[in-house]
Amino acid sequence: MTITLHVNGKAHVLEIDPQMPLLWALRDHVGLTGTKYGCGQALCGACVVHLDGEAVRACVTPVRRADGRKVTTIEGLSPDGSHPLQQAWVELAVPQCGYCQAGQIMTAAALLASNPHPTEEEIDTSLAGNLCRCGTYLRIRTAVKQAAVAAGKAKEK
Amino acid sequence: MSGPPIRLLRRTFLAGLGGALTGLALGSFARAAPAMPPAVDPAAKAAAEAEGAGLRPNLFVHVTPNGGVQIVCARSEMGQGVRSSLPVLIADELGAAMDRVEVVQAPGDAAYGDQNTDGSHSVRGFYDALRKLGACARMMLIAAAAKQWKVSPATCVAHDHAVWHEASGRSLGFGELAIAASKLPVPKDILLRPQAELLHVGKELPLLDGPAIVEGRAVYGADVVLPGMLTAVVARPPVVGGRATAHDAKPALAIPGVRHVVPLPAPTPPFAFQPLGGVAVVADDTWAALRGRAKLEVTWAPGDNGDYDSESYRKTLLAAVGLPGVVVREVGDVAAALAGSAKQVEAVYHVPHLAHATMEPPAAVAKFDGQTCEVWTSTQNPQASRKSVAKALGLDEENVTVHVTLLGGGFGRKSKPDYVVEAALLAKATGAPVRVQWTREDDIQHDYYHTVSTQRLVAGLDAQGKVVAWQHRTAFPPIGSTFSDTTLSNPGELQQGVLDVPLAIANVQAENCEAKAHVRIGWLRSVANIYHAFAVQSFIGEIAAARGSDPRETLLEILGPPRIVTLAELGVQSLPNYDQSLTEHPIDTGRHRRVIERVTELADWDNREKNGRALGLACHRSFLTYVAVVVSVVKGKDGKIRVDEVWSCLDAGTLINRERVRSQFEGAVIFALSHALYGEITMQHGATVQSNFRDFRLMRFPDAPRAIHVEIVADTGPPCGVGEPGVPPVAPALTNAIFALTGQRVRDLPIVRTLQV
Repeated sequence: MTITLHVNGKAHVLEIDPQMPLLWALRDHVGLTGTKYGCGQALCGACVVHLDGEAVRACVTPVRRADGRKVTTIEGLSPDGSHPLQQAWVELAVPQCGYCQAGQIMTAAALLASNPHPTEEEIDTSLAGNLCRCGTYLRIRTAVKQAAVAAGKAKEK
Repeated sequence: MSGPPIRLLRRTFLAGLGGALTGLALGSFARAAPAMPPAVDPAAKAAAEAEGAGLRPNLFVHVTPNGGVQIVCARSEMGQGVRSSLPVLIADELGAAMDRVEVVQAPGDAAYGDQNTDGSHSVRGFYDALRKLGACARMMLIAAAAKQWKVSPATCVAHDHAVWHEASGRSLGFGELAIAASKLPVPKDILLRPQAELLHVGKELPLLDGPAIVEGRAVYGADVVLPGMLTAVVARPPVVGGRATAHDAKPALAIPGVRHVVPLPAPTPPFAFQPLGGVAVVADDTWAALRGRAKLEVTWAPGDNGDYDSESYRKTLLAAVGLPGVVVREVGDVAAALAGSAKQVEAVYHVPHLAHATMEPPAAVAKFDGQTCEVWTSTQNPQASRKSVAKALGLDEENVTVHVTLLGGGFGRKSKPDYVVEAALLAKATGAPVRVQWTREDDIQHDYYHTVSTQRLVAGLDAQGKVVAWQHRTAFPPIGSTFSDTTLSNPGELQQGVLDVPLAIANVQAENCEAKAHVRIGWLRSVANIYHAFAVQSFIGEIAAARGSDPRETLLEILGPPRIVTLAELGVQSLPNYDQSLTEHPIDTGRHRRVIERVTELADWDNREKNGRALGLACHRSFLTYVAVVVSVVKGKDGKIRVDEVWSCLDAGTLINRERVRSQFEGAVIFALSHALYGEITMQHGATVQSNFRDFRLMRFPDAPRAIHVEIVADTGPPCGVGEPGVPPVAPALTNAIFALTGQRVRDLPIVRTLQV
């Protein structure tokens, strides 16, 4: 079946099984490997991407659901790593192994888009589906708060 | 298929020593330098050749004529920050400007020395050696400048990427000197700088791979793509030592995109690094391979371990510690002291199997052309990967190249290259480059598990409550069982919390009890310290409770006064001491006491019941590092116990990167809390019950502590381990806190077996 994905502003026409999870379409067919496989069952959040701005788990999203829609992956969150979350992540040296961080950042980006000043509890609830085996949770909490403040300041200007 | 070009580019870094995956600038939060384009046009080729020349006094340092400095990192990056730390030591010794330094990852080659990134060894094992490599290059650059200026090298200094003659104010950049320096003899006697001249070492350093990670450009094993590459998933025997007796490939081959169904050879004991066997489905993409595997019909014979059952094995271990074992530590006469004691305390502790569950499941890419094999993988153990692939394909090691990508977590799992061998075997069988992708279920069900253990401790107290006797029996299938048919653990495991624990007690005995393995046993971050520290530090809490004293005072009393603990005092003939001499790294109770005193001060121990909280304390030396932890627990409105706050104080000797040290200890708290609260792998009929994060539960955001405070209380003396020692004290500090809060003593991990958490 022909599927058209608009990934990070670029159209990709793919001849693939419509049941294929978006994760494998992105990794194996679009060639974007920033989105990670962690569990295949929506249990860990490593594969979170935005579908028309909404955070979804690419590992359980059939690619046909993304047909004709806008997909944003970590590679497309900003052109140059300038998203406030990316900056906060680097400044606070959040990542350890880094494997889960694309999913953490994409989940947090969707949160901030809908709730620019989340409380700590809202951050925890929003990221509850994202696992980090290295244990960077506390720095992620701080980084999300820092990014929220930075984004707010940028808006004022 | 396409992807970022970085993944395929190769450049010759060291003649005859293979390719480098990435070169990244080590500036202050500098962006990663772009990967080198392939040298095709004459100008680019000339430029590449010019860069190829220059000063290469050893395998680790390259100063190019354009002033670039490339430093090789030969240890694997798995989140511990080794790439952001080790190269800085060389660069500082050299006097390089950090924004001119590129870090190049070494392929697997014994020429780089030990590359097995385990045992919290990278800094403590290489600190002096790496300094010398940088100092050697510095001395040659200085010699070249001195020769040109016709002055004595002793009047010149190197800093800020140049050599300076202070008397005349002249200077020459490293790039200008590189070729002249390369023609000079490599000095034999290396002079290190005074420690104070190391400008970045010991500070908070930027995260080298941070920008690439947050932009999705970082390359892990599973991200490597080769032209024409196929993807494989493998159906492995559910029971270790089992085998496929029959399979029907047709339904799998009927799935569009499935190219091959390949039976893999069954391993023979000892299993070591051999793949588990089974049947591979090789396809055009991951999805087709997964669908094909789901259709594969395989008949399995369980082999010798088909009866392994965790509940019945628990009884086996309990019986083992009920009988005398091999005495491995003895001071005084425990039997007589126990018989004469006024009161006895006895407890049995059980810690189950655990899985590594790295966020990146094992993955490897291999290409085989009939004579040579090239591999890209996330491995902690590049040389064992190379050796294992060479053996499996019948090649000389020289014909196997192992490129090391970033690791999406390691924790000991990726020290074992079984998955790398699978990729190599399948590349050979199919004639195409193959990526082997383990699913999460594969990872949880076919791990080299952390062992299962039972400990029995008995203490005798005199009429005043003083501890006069201590007996410790330990039983667990040893890691050695993965490599031989042994059933007895070795000093490498027993030193981790049995042989090395300072006890100011007159009569001490420790016994090693036999236990047979029925799964592949492997190292898990902090290894035998996990269950030994849990038992010993819980038991000290139990002694405190039995005599009604402050747990902190009891811990300090049992530890005894500040002193260097001798082998005679321990009651052992020898101690591996993590491969370091006891002269350089003695067991120093003054350092234990200092981390305990500081952590209890920070946690306000004397007010330990304020605001409805309860505190628990534990202290443990492992990988030569001293760590004390206090955990604060509270009871939530829902009746569940939650970890509210954690303090971790450490003394790991001299540090390279304070920031990565703190992050390792923060992470160690979460890692250990996950296991203590929920972590358990159970076996039934020889197979693993759990399969994914649904039933192998890890700590999530809402359950994570409100705060984790890490303090480095001392940073002088020989460097010690960092990656692992933060883990062991956390579980007993937590169960000690739970006892303080509820009066309930948890001796069986995980805690969720007995309490709502």
